[in-house]
Amino acid sequence: MTEPTRQSGLTDHERTESQYLLHEVLAGGKLPRWAPAAAGVGALILAVLLNVVTFVDGVAGTLVVAALLFAAIQTTWSFAVEGRRHAVDRLATTAVYTTFLLALAPLLAVLLTVVLKGLKALDIGFLLTSMRGVSPRSEGGGVYHAIIGTLEQVGIAALIGIPLGVLTAIYLVEYAAQARSRRLARAVSFFVDVMTGVPSVVVGLFVYTAAVLALGMERSGFTAAIALAILMIPVVVRSTEEMLRIVPRELRESSFALGIPKWRTILKIVLPTALGGIVTGAMLAVARVAGETAPLLLTTFMTQSINWNPFSGPQAALPTFIWDQFNSGTQASQDRAWAGALVLITLVMLLYLTAKIVARYTGVKK
Amino acid sequence: MAKRIDVSELDIYYGRFKAVEGVALSVEPRSVTAFIGPSGCGKSTVLRSLNRMHEVIPGAYVEGKVLLDGEDIYGSDVDPVNVRRTIGMVFQRPNPFPTMSIYDNVVAGLRLEGGRRRKGELDAVVERSLRGANLWDEVKDRLHRPGSGLSGGQQQRLCIARAIAIEPQVLLMDEPCSALDPISTLAIEDLIEELKERFTIVIVTHNMQQAARVSDTTAFFNLSGIGKPGRLIEVAATETIFSNPAQQATEDYISGRFG
Repeated sequence: MTEPTRQSGLTDHERTESQYLLHEVLAGGKLPRWAPAAAGVGALILAVLLNVVTFVDGVAGTLVVAALLFAAIQTTWSFAVEGRRHAVDRLATTAVYTTFLLALAPLLAVLLTVVLKGLKALDIGFLLTSMRGVSPRSEGGGVYHAIIGTLEQVGIAALIGIPLGVLTAIYLVEYAAQARSRRLARAVSFFVDVMTGVPSVVVGLFVYTAAVLALGMERSGFTAAIALAILMIPVVVRSTEEMLRIVPRELRESSFALGIPKWRTILKIVLPTALGGIVTGAMLAVARVAGETAPLLLTTFMTQSINWNPFSGPQAALPTFIWDQFNSGTQASQDRAWAGALVLITLVMLLYLTAKIVARYTGVKK
Repeated sequence: MAKRIDVSELDIYYGRFKAVEGVALSVEPRSVTAFIGPSGCGKSTVLRSLNRMHEVIPGAYVEGKVLLDGEDIYGSDVDPVNVRRTIGMVFQRPNPFPTMSIYDNVVAGLRLEGGRRRKGELDAVVERSLRGANLWDEVKDRLHRPGSGLSGGQQQRLCIARAIAIEPQVLLMDEPCSALDPISTLAIEDLIEELKERFTIVIVTHNMQQAARVSDTTAFFNLSGIGKPGRLIEVAATETIFSNPAQQATEDYISGRFG
């Protein structure tokens, strides 16, 4: 043990003997506050040296080695000065921060790539023109027709999927418990789980078979919206269910005790209390389906022109626009694909923010 | 407007489990009746069966009779929602509706039972109910702020205001002070004293001094054993229960020699 750093007001010769003994029990070794920084700098220098003299290669390799060295240096140092518990604590802290950064890295990389590459072709004209009459090689053209398609398709999907999902969750949480037999609730719950796992391309195939082949519906934005709605439902059910379950039973009971009927209790007390979480879940579901490509390819035809009518004729959408432009393979079309991706991400973010703001002003008062 | 309650041969179940057995008692109008007894003896369960709140719990049901001025509230053509409008309830923990302002909390029962009401009428109800709950002076300048911003004692008085706003005949209180400090408790006890002029009150409490202070009649419940149903041991004037109970078990419990 090295000399413990003195942080209390007393120095050794000011203490009585019993105070000194007590201090020995309570005080422990402590690394200086600059210790992590020092260990970090040391680890980085060592890693760079290793990079020069050994096989360790490249920036990524050096960073990995530096991180490992940092953990080793700080843990050993801490073990020597502060003891085992503090050393383990520092090691675990390092691990938590490192894994957090690793998890964040791909997200930031994706965002950065999309923004950098997307900005190249993105301007007001890009947002307000369609691809009608624009050849893959030439620059110009735009994403207007795809924005219209995505907004209409996702909007219709949300109109179908969110009420179905929320009502299913209300059944599961508020009514199934009172039912004589839980068999229906179990079946519903089971099929919601199954639906969560069904790949989106299978849903696309199903809608194609059921709506287009069997019912003779025209392939359109609407058939695409049906597929997207089916994909939304399980996400909405599960998130809404969780939110309804955390509404305290006392709230429902005090509402019943006021002679408020059950359906009004659910509508006016339970749903508003859980609204923030329900909206978040619904928007996550919207965000998820807004980027779906496979079901759109099967349920609607791609077009380069504007089509306002989701019930008739081919209709573009942002994911299929990106897919189509990327497939064309020219520089101009690839730039358009990236710009389309940036528009899609921004659109989802805007929807999400709007929904959160709406939920804040209508939900639980703080 | 206060009404009497007569309970006879009441058995209360949670699924297959019989929680309470053979309860028979009468509650006089414009009086305070306290239910006391050890935890798990079923006093809250009996209270909740008096306004059909017991059956809200899945699998729970009741056998026997609960008469409100001679009318069986468990009759086959009786709507539990109407029963609860007539017999209000205040719970152990203050629970104002978190999405509503103080004003909206008070009128929640009126608004949500259906039918439009004029604003002037609602304003009058809010003031009358908050005055009735001794809360008006404290909140009259912030009626449109959230109810959850009040202190625990104020929240509980808000819940009482909410309960009396719908003009019930009977008010059931399930340990209304157990989550409150002594000063808030005193405020609620004073309030109970005033409310009994207008309502029939039944209160469950763990605090025997409280039962002695506020109630006219006291009912003592006890368990006959672990896993066995709770029973009503004795019901009598509060003075009698606390000074000269008929049953040894009652005396043991109130003198602290229990168990």
